[in-house]
Amino acid sequence: MLKTILKRILQSIPTLFIVVTLTFILTRMIPGNPAKTILGPQASPDAIEKMEKELGLDKSKAEQYINYIGDILHGDFGYSYVDKKPVTTAIAERIPNTLLIAITSLVIAVVIGVAIGVFSALHQYSILDYVFMILALVGVSMPIFWLGMMLVMQFSVNLGWLPALGMGSIENGIGDVVSHMILPCFCLATIPMATFARITRSSMLEVVNSDSIKSLRARGIKESSIVWKHALKNALPPIVTVLGLQIAQAFTGAILTESIFSWPGMGTMIVNAINNRDYQLIQGTVLFIAVVFVLVNLIVDIVYTLINPRVNYESGKGGN
Amino acid sequence: MEAKKQSEVLSVTAHEEMIKKERRANNVWNKLKRNKTAMIGLVIVVFMIFIAIFAPLLTSNDPDEISPLNAFLLPGEDGHIFGTDEFGRDLFARILYGARVSMIVAVGGTIVAGIIGILLGLIAGYMGGIVDSIIMRIMDGLLAFPFVLLSIILMTVLGSGIINVIIAIGIGNIPSFARVVRGEVHIVKNEEYCNAGRVIGVSNTRMLFSHILPNTISPIIVYATLNIAGAIISEAALSFLGLGIATPMSSWGSILRQGKDCLNTAPHVATISGLFILVTVLGFNLLGDGIRDVLDPKMKK
Amino acid sequence: MSEVLLTVKDLKTYFFLASGVAKAVDGVSFTLKKGETMGIVGESGSGKSVTSSSIIRLLPPRTGKIVGGEITFDGRDVLKLGKKELLNFRGKDIAVIFQDPMTSLDPVFKIGNQMVEMICAHQNVSKKEAWDIAVEALKKVGIPQPEKRMESYPHELSGGMCQRVIIAMAVCCKPKMVIADEPTTALDVTVQAQVLDLLKELQEEYNTSILLITHNLGVVWEMCDTVMVLYAGHTVEYATTKELYQKPLHPYTWGLLDSMPKLSEEKKGELNAIPGAPPDLRLTGNCCNFYNRCPYATEQCKQEEPPLVEVEEGHFVACHRQNKEKTLVRGEVNQSE
Repeated sequence: MLKTILKRILQSIPTLFIVVTLTFILTRMIPGNPAKTILGPQASPDAIEKMEKELGLDKSKAEQYINYIGDILHGDFGYSYVDKKPVTTAIAERIPNTLLIAITSLVIAVVIGVAIGVFSALHQYSILDYVFMILALVGVSMPIFWLGMMLVMQFSVNLGWLPALGMGSIENGIGDVVSHMILPCFCLATIPMATFARITRSSMLEVVNSDSIKSLRARGIKESSIVWKHALKNALPPIVTVLGLQIAQAFTGAILTESIFSWPGMGTMIVNAINNRDYQLIQGTVLFIAVVFVLVNLIVDIVYTLINPRVNYESGKGGN
Repeated sequence: MEAKKQSEVLSVTAHEEMIKKERRANNVWNKLKRNKTAMIGLVIVVFMIFIAIFAPLLTSNDPDEISPLNAFLLPGEDGHIFGTDEFGRDLFARILYGARVSMIVAVGGTIVAGIIGILLGLIAGYMGGIVDSIIMRIMDGLLAFPFVLLSIILMTVLGSGIINVIIAIGIGNIPSFARVVRGEVHIVKNEEYCNAGRVIGVSNTRMLFSHILPNTISPIIVYATLNIAGAIISEAALSFLGLGIATPMSSWGSILRQGKDCLNTAPHVATISGLFILVTVLGFNLLGDGIRDVLDPKMKK
Repeated sequence: MSEVLLTVKDLKTYFFLASGVAKAVDGVSFTLKKGETMGIVGESGSGKSVTSSSIIRLLPPRTGKIVGGEITFDGRDVLKLGKKELLNFRGKDIAVIFQDPMTSLDPVFKIGNQMVEMICAHQNVSKKEAWDIAVEALKKVGIPQPEKRMESYPHELSGGMCQRVIIAMAVCCKPKMVIADEPTTALDVTVQAQVLDLLKELQEEYNTSILLITHNLGVVWEMCDTVMVLYAGHTVEYATTKELYQKPLHPYTWGLLDSMPKLSEEKKGELNAIPGAPPDLRLTGNCCNFYNRCPYATEQCKQEEPPLVEVEEGHFVACHRQNKEKTLVRGEVNQSE
């Protein structure tokens, strides 16, 4: 068990290294001079040169790369010249806002999606099953930025029930923040919810028709225990895999959702950073996200081993 | 009479008839035809491709013709089926011509990703060992970028434009193709006929392209179909963020972006363009799901 | 004479498929007495397993349906049992041992967990007591270190061990009857004998009836008091084991016995297979299903379904050419045509 975890951690190091390198290469390829961007169009050539020196842009690309890696190893992710603060601080300020809607929507998506999937699998070919599966298919096909706009149009502009932009303020009471969260969370939860419903249904169907479930029935075990204890646990591995993917994709969703609802999270931050050519902020944020992604994958793999005792056996062989 | 009929029931010919009937019913195309959802998907896809190809024949309006006097017409007003946008351009014509751009980008991006991803997957899966490790680690690295983020960075590097969108979407989708193909190659590689081929000395390239590739084709077709659906969304997302297709060319995504700015005055612009995106993506997803069910009911997501 | 435990009369179980109605079981009748063992033999697809699934009413929902016949177990009409009664009927009254032990246990729960759940479902005991009962049962079926095995996952055991666990699970609720659906097919030959011996031992101890489904006639000879031969969903012959082996009456039984490899055979290496293949179950009915493979078939066989008649006491056969008045002699040339 511990060996598997260690092996996975070691395997993720080259992945992270490639991510760092790719980020470096790509950000250097973005056209435009960051020194000019920071100082504005009227800056004198002298000031620009001074700024470039300060940013380390006068050094060769190889030197810049080595410095960059060195800084990262020291825990220094760079300095945002536009926001005038360290990248770590900038991320720390924004991340809670993104996590707030990302986690809320994922929890909603898992609970409702899995419940719908189980229901559909148990009532295969019923009318409700068809309705749910059609809705789920529409859900996975949904361009969420469009959905966001339609929600704003209906619930904010036409009906005036919910606020359209921003995240409100906690000083106005928790209700203010919650009412600002409803539309973004709905928007962000759509695709994961539909995906969970679909994967749960197909995984459950496979399990429900398996010999071991048939044997449980033959043993006179209660149907509720068969479904929620045995079948669901057997059906869990693909659902966990999808959960991992959805957590990773939640950020993609967040970029789009946040830009529609002007939610002050990481998504809006990185879009601004790209527009401002804020190299170090882009690098830092991308790296941060990639690390999160790799960590999430790692955790998913570990959870996978925990819920599925066969994994160890199959990969290790001779566990007998 | 009755008795005679009965006695024939168990005859050899009755059996052969039945087998023939089943074989016909199991033919891929016939199975697909019986799969209702797949057929709905196919109809949608064919319809969208049709309007993309025959756009000039379906409307006489110029999608880029500006007439400020006709701005913000509602659908149906003054002969404009879908109304007009803020510049008075005919939305129907813009949607038809936008279908071209969206389709070309989605299919093009999938082809780019497909060709490179399939090649890398084949090589990684077939060679194994260090080559496999290097290729797949790079793919993991690419996958660690949230897709939209990667495309955003690529688009900022490359600048907007149709070819660049195709490249950005293509690069973003390479890793998943490589993974799918590599997984399949691993399965196929150890089959008996491959071992037999190696024993009689078939060359590596021949082995890859005439024996292994054909056997991995069904998951590739399924994956590619579903990937087109994803690519349509990706293109729309990029254009929506202002990084994709830029004026004067317009895709569904850029029409949607424009619709966002006049959501209060002319909601039909965003509504209609978004619906076209949704329905097309749905069509490709339905079709992909259907093909998967038909080709291999056991194949999982 | 011991009491009758299970009576199945003219059972018909059909599968309603998109391509037609498959008559998987179409007229099966037998009785099983307390403490006795009955064998069901037949080719694959002859309806053996569907018969056993019908008895415990565990058919695939929507497609499989019992459309006719009667099943009486210990004086109760099985077809009229309610949902709750069924839960206790399965497991407590009748235990089932399936063919593949590796897939019959839930792979993601520990053995002990599964046994305790089963015991608690049918007996009014605490978890702690159930645990002790389970350990005791494992000991009884000859599993070394039963306490340790309770903490194992199914994949950590060999096939033979798994089958022992399943047998332990089957007997720990002291069922009146055990259905063993090809319990040894998936096991090594040496393990097969051990598992069968174990079943016999337990039967003697608890006076359990066993319904043994198999295609191995050797196993039937070893284990069974009576035997039923199934062909295409029909009972074609039903008799005591001794009677069936000494005086088989149905042409299909003859073929079945002939196709068994014998050590004493002079001509080694060649087995007498029955020519042809069993009919498609969607096409059967209104005739003797065996007529197209039967060398003795007559015009009547093509037109009428042969009834199951008792030719001698306890010996039933369904063949137009075998009844009390006329007997067909094996090897006799077909003279009626």
